[in-house]
Amino acid sequence: MESPKGNHLFRLLIQQLQDLLEPVIVFIIYICGWSAILFVIAIFLFVFKESLPALTGIETEIAAGEIEVEQLDLGEFTTSPRWIPESAKKPAFGILALVVGTLSVTFFSILLAVPLGLGAAIYVSEFASNKPREILKVLIELLAAIPSVVWGFIGIVVMNPLITDISGEAVGLNILNAGIVLALMSVPIIVSVSEDALRAVPDSFREAGLAMGANRWEMIYKVLFPAAKNGLLAAVLLGIGRGIGETMAVLMCTGHSVNMPTSLFDPVRTLTATIAAELGEAVRGDLHYHTLFLIGVVLFAFAFIINLTADLVVKGIRNQGNV
Amino acid sequence: MINRNVLIVCLASFFLLTMLGCGSRENAGQESSNNTIRVEGSDTMVNLAQAWAEKYQAEKSEITIEVSGGGSGVGISSLIQGLADMANASRKMKDKEVRRATNEFNLDPQEFTVGKDALAVYVHKDNPIEEITIAELTAIYGEGGTTSTWTELGMPVPGTANQQIVRVSRQNNSGTYAYFREYVLDDNDFKLGSIDLSGSADVVSMVEKTPGAIGYSGMGYATDGVKMLKVKIDADSPSVAPTVINVTNGTYPIARPLLIYTPQTPTGIVKDYLDWILGETGQGIIAEMGYVPVK
Repeated sequence: MESPKGNHLFRLLIQQLQDLLEPVIVFIIYICGWSAILFVIAIFLFVFKESLPALTGIETEIAAGEIEVEQLDLGEFTTSPRWIPESAKKPAFGILALVVGTLSVTFFSILLAVPLGLGAAIYVSEFASNKPREILKVLIELLAAIPSVVWGFIGIVVMNPLITDISGEAVGLNILNAGIVLALMSVPIIVSVSEDALRAVPDSFREAGLAMGANRWEMIYKVLFPAAKNGLLAAVLLGIGRGIGETMAVLMCTGHSVNMPTSLFDPVRTLTATIAAELGEAVRGDLHYHTLFLIGVVLFAFAFIINLTADLVVKGIRNQGNV
Repeated sequence: MINRNVLIVCLASFFLLTMLGCGSRENAGQESSNNTIRVEGSDTMVNLAQAWAEKYQAEKSEITIEVSGGGSGVGISSLIQGLADMANASRKMKDKEVRRATNEFNLDPQEFTVGKDALAVYVHKDNPIEEITIAELTAIYGEGGTTSTWTELGMPVPGTANQQIVRVSRQNNSGTYAYFREYVLDDNDFKLGSIDLSGSADVVSMVEKTPGAIGYSGMGYATDGVKMLKVKIDADSPSVAPTVINVTNGTYPIARPLLIYTPQTPTGIVKDYLDWILGETGQGIIAEMGYVPVK
C-alpha cells in the first residue's frame, strides 16, 4: 500500500509528463495522417517513373557506336491480345487479353458476391436474433482473415476437380473457378460494410415504415435500401476493388493463360498475376521490365476510375437527397 | 498552426525524396563477408544447390552458403548487381545481360557447366501415348501449330470428354521456357493460351491432376502420377527415353546444361567451392538428385 502523499506526488508527475508528451503525440498522429497521402503519392511516382522508359525509348549499345532503341508501341499495347514479351524473334506487348481477363473475372465475381453479400447483410442486421447475429459476425470476420494464397489453394485442390467432374471440361482453372473464389473473398467485405450501413439507419425509419402498414420486406426494400444506399454502394465498390487488385488467388485459379475468353470455362490471365509472375525474372532495365511497371500504372488508373465513380455517384445521390 | 503544417510538409517531402532516391541506387561492388558465399538463381537447380551447400558446410564448418531460387533471370540480375557471388542458370546468359555486365559494371562473367538435365515431356499416367516427335511437339506448342486434340495424334485419352490437349507451359522468363523454345520450337513463339505455371514441380503436379494435359519440366521432377515420353527427332529416328545414360551419351535430343556463373574468374572460397562441385563429391550429389553429372 502506498501512502496518500506518495500517491499524490506520483499523480502530479504523470500530469507533468502528459503535458510534456502531448505535443509530441499530437505531432506523431499528424505525421500518420499525412503519411497516408504521401505514401500513395510516392508509390505512384515510383511506379510511373519506372514505367516511363518504356514510353520514351530505351537505348542500348549493341556494338561500338551502334545504338539500338527499344520503345513500346502504345497502339499495340492497348489493342493487341498478344503478350509475348520474351520472344526470341519479335516480342509483342499487347495487354488486351490481360485487361479482358481481369475484367471478366472481376465482373463474374461481383455478379455472385453482391446478391450473396447483401442478402447475408440483410439477414444479419434485420432478421437474426442476438445470438446467431454475434456468431455470424465473428465467423464472417474470420472469413475475411483467410489469406489469399489459401483461397488459391482451395481453388486448385477443391474447385478444379469439382469443375472438371461436373462440366466435363479438360481443366477446371478458369473464369468460373477464379470468379467463385474471388466472390467468396469479397463477400465478407461486402457483408460487414453493408451491415454497418444498414445498422446506421435509425430505428425510427423502420418503425415509421412498419407503422405505415408495410411488411418487413417492403420496409427493407423501400425504406432501408434508399436510406443506406451510400454505404451499400461503398460496399459493392470495395468488393470490385478487391477483385481487380487481388493477385495470388487469381494467379492460382485462372489457369494463368493469355487468352481472349469466349466462355466461363476458358482459362484467362489477369494484369496483377502477370506482374507477380514476371517482374522477379525480368532483366532489370529492359523493355519488358518497364512495361510491367506500365501495367502497374494501368491498374492505378482502374483503381482511380472506380474510386472517382464511387465518389461522384455518392455525391450525386447526396445532392438528390438534399433537393 | 500554419507553421507546423509547413514543417510537416517539408519533413514529409524529405521522406519522399529519400524513398525515390533508394530506387535508383546501384549496389555494384558490394562485397560479401569473408566466409559467406551467396548463391542465387534457377528454380530447376535450387534443390541441387541446397544439397551441395548442406554437404559442403558439413565438411567445412567455417563457410556459410546462402542459397535462394527465384529463377535464372533473377540470379543473373543479382550477379550483375553484385548481390550474389554465384548465379545458377538453366539457360545461357543473354547478350543483353552480358553487355550490361561488361559495359555498365565492368565484370567479366565466367560460365561453368556443372551438370546436365533432360527436359522431359510429361503426360498423365493414364495417357496411352508413349513417344512423340519434335514436329508433333511443335504442332502442339508452337504458334501456328494446328494440333489441339489427342485424337489428332491418334491417341484418344480415357477420362477426357472433348480430347482437348491441355498445354502446360512455364512463365515466359524461366530458363526452361527459353530452352524449350530454342530447341523444340526452333526459336519461334509459343502458341498463346497455354497454362503458364511458375515452378518446375508445379508443371508436373498439374499434369498429374489433369488427364488431358501435356507439360515439360526437368527429369528430376518425375512422380508416380505422370509418364515421361520417349522423344524422337523425326518419324524415322529411334525414340529415346530421358534417362541418365541417354543424356550422357548425347542421344536424348532435348538435354540442356546446368550452368553456374561467377562475376569474374573465381578466386578464394568461391573457387574452392566450384572445384568441389566439379569434383567427385559434388558430381555424386548431382547423380543422387536425378540429374546427369558432367564428369
